[in-house]
Amino acid sequence: MHIHKYEKWWLTFGITCLVVFLTVLGISAFHAGAHPPSAQVYINQEHVDEIAPFDNPGVHKVEGKEWDYEVVVVASAFMFSPMEYEVPLGSKVKFIATTKDVVHGFQIAGTNINMMLEPGYVSEFVTIVDKPGEYLVLCNEYCGVGHTAMASKLKVVDSNAES
Amino acid sequence: MKQSFVTESGNVKKGETVDKRDAKLAMAHIYVAMTALLLGGLAGLLQVMVRSGQFELPWGISYYQVLTVHGILLGLILTTFFIFGFQISAVSRTAGTLSDKQRRSGWVGFGVMTLGTAMAATMVLLNEASVLYTFYAPLMAHWVFYLGLAFVVVGSWIGGFAQIARYIQWKRENGKQPGPLLSFMVVVNNLMWVICSLGVAIAVLFQFLPWSLGLVDRIDVLMSRTLFWYFGHPLVYFWLLPAYMIWYTIIPKIIGGKIFSDALARLSFLLFLLFSIPVGFHHQLTEPGIDAFWKFLQVVLTFMVVIPSLMTAFAMFATFESVGRAKGATGLFDFFKKLPWGDVRFLVPFIGMVAFIPAGAGGLINASNQMNQVIHNTIWVTGHFHLTVATTVVLTFFGAMYWLVPHLTGRVLTPQLNRLGIIQGIVWTVGMSIMSGAMHAVGLLGAPRRSNFSTYGGSEQAVEWIPYQIAQAVGGTILFIGIALVLYIFIQLAFFAPKGQQEYPIGEVEENAQTTPMFLENWKMWVTICVALILLAYTVPFIDMFQNGPPGSIGYKLW
Ligand SMILES: [Cu+2]
Repeated sequence: MHIHKYEKWWLTFGITCLVVFLTVLGISAFHAGAHPPSAQVYINQEHVDEIAPFDNPGVHKVEGKEWDYEVVVVASAFMFSPMEYEVPLGSKVKFIATTKDVVHGFQIAGTNINMMLEPGYVSEFVTIVDKPGEYLVLCNEYCGVGHTAMASKLKVVDSNAES
Repeated sequence: MKQSFVTESGNVKKGETVDKRDAKLAMAHIYVAMTALLLGGLAGLLQVMVRSGQFELPWGISYYQVLTVHGILLGLILTTFFIFGFQISAVSRTAGTLSDKQRRSGWVGFGVMTLGTAMAATMVLLNEASVLYTFYAPLMAHWVFYLGLAFVVVGSWIGGFAQIARYIQWKRENGKQPGPLLSFMVVVNNLMWVICSLGVAIAVLFQFLPWSLGLVDRIDVLMSRTLFWYFGHPLVYFWLLPAYMIWYTIIPKIIGGKIFSDALARLSFLLFLLFSIPVGFHHQLTEPGIDAFWKFLQVVLTFMVVIPSLMTAFAMFATFESVGRAKGATGLFDFFKKLPWGDVRFLVPFIGMVAFIPAGAGGLINASNQMNQVIHNTIWVTGHFHLTVATTVVLTFFGAMYWLVPHLTGRVLTPQLNRLGIIQGIVWTVGMSIMSGAMHAVGLLGAPRRSNFSTYGGSEQAVEWIPYQIAQAVGGTILFIGIALVLYIFIQLAFFAPKGQQEYPIGEVEENAQTTPMFLENWKMWVTICVALILLAYTVPFIDMFQNGPPGSIGYKLW
């Protein structure tokens, strides 16, 4: 099949860009570990309240793990539990969340903390909170008539500034 | 500038028209499409008004009901019906008049699709199915809604079969030569549609229907979502490929040029077939229950469509340039001046092409493994598909409508309607730039899609979003004026424009282009590769869902 000379150049340039781009994505995923939230942890969604750690939603300091704090969140139509929580600036935090009923979203507006919560599954994401402030945490997947009322608040506090 | 559409329309050659009976079938589809445009557009207008915070819906209508109507009518009904109308005419024009049996199959398909649409629409209007067009489980709609959707899909198979059958007949009658390019493209698009809609058909027939009828208690949520997105991404290519058909085969003729390369056009369509289906996970990047490796694999496959997209871009610009040069253009970019900017059949699809540049770039961001988290389920995504589908695809369809509808109804596009069409294109561009631009910007700040108006209890972040939401309402209102204009032109073209013969423009291939190699029509080979890629991308994650997944979920009606 005949391919025009300029088209060959154009495709070579395009495919090279593509390869470079995918290599960057691949390295950051598999070498630097920057995967999107992909936990394969399962739970019985009808007994969420009785199962650890979801029997005790909130912020927990942990020792001996790769992260300093665990934020445990339970979503249900149309609220998050807890409603408000704070973590110290610069700490490494693992967000652990699940839903008791339908699919919800868990998004901390203005950050890249963003994951789907699906019944029967636990969603997890580890990140360093490096900007102080008050963040709106909202449900970004339609879950019913009260969807837009479904929100909570995360405070990232600089403890040095306070003392 | 001389407007070629007026002089050409008088002398359409015999054999270059669509048979009257096929034209009727095609027009039936387009009537439904235009009705969907009116109702869906109205729903869209109501949404942007509500979201600006300045307006509330009367009579107890809910925002999500309107959102469901908008998504289904414009995303599914307008597109599918218009595409079928165009494809039927394209096959009839290039491969020959349908046989009576094929035409009957086309009508049965049309009937089943229309019945399904009416069933689903009724349930939405009764507020029994406010589940949005993605109908994510475990929100449970009325079973009639799911059955209606199944009818739309099955009807499209019956109608699509008629189009493929005409092409097969042409091949039988013409022996060992490549089938007409436009018909070939129609076949690729239908093949892709059938392969991908199997996913949604399985989900609806084996998961949603038994569950909503109460025959089973539980539904596997992740599996239903995976089947949905196995279908949902190729769905956008099902919309896009007809636009590409128009760019590849119709536009060259309108601007007075030739198709750059028949073989490369076919190859790019086949690559779209291969790389549009095994990629649904890039819509599920932030979901639990799917291993990160398999997500990444599908991200890589997603990006392969860059190759046929680049081929398309090259072919278009090569055609533009050779036309301009043939008309005496010199210098690097002079050829642009020689293009028929005053011809709505060219200008409006051209705006669509230009919109595809930022749209495609946005798409790369959406599908990028990690960047997706920044914009996932924000209104950025809505802005993105209003550029791809609601601008690139829809404007190309409008551009085609200006010759297709008069051709099918035995009328002509008058200079007045041409001018009005150009105004329509500009109105659309302005409205969409404002609306989609605001959506992209505020999406980056974190504003969610699919949400009613809310200040989230006076949250500082949410308050910052409101000016953008007002901009969306302004853009959306301008777009609605655009819809009103299109509908006015459509009614003129279908019922009132002067009688005559409007040309159905199909480009010819460049004389010195090489012959098309026959392996491009080796359907067995292409379908086998396609199925192999699908199995590669989905088998292991599916086994995982079967073996390890939770027990499934009961239904909820939370609206
Ligand atoms: Cu929610």
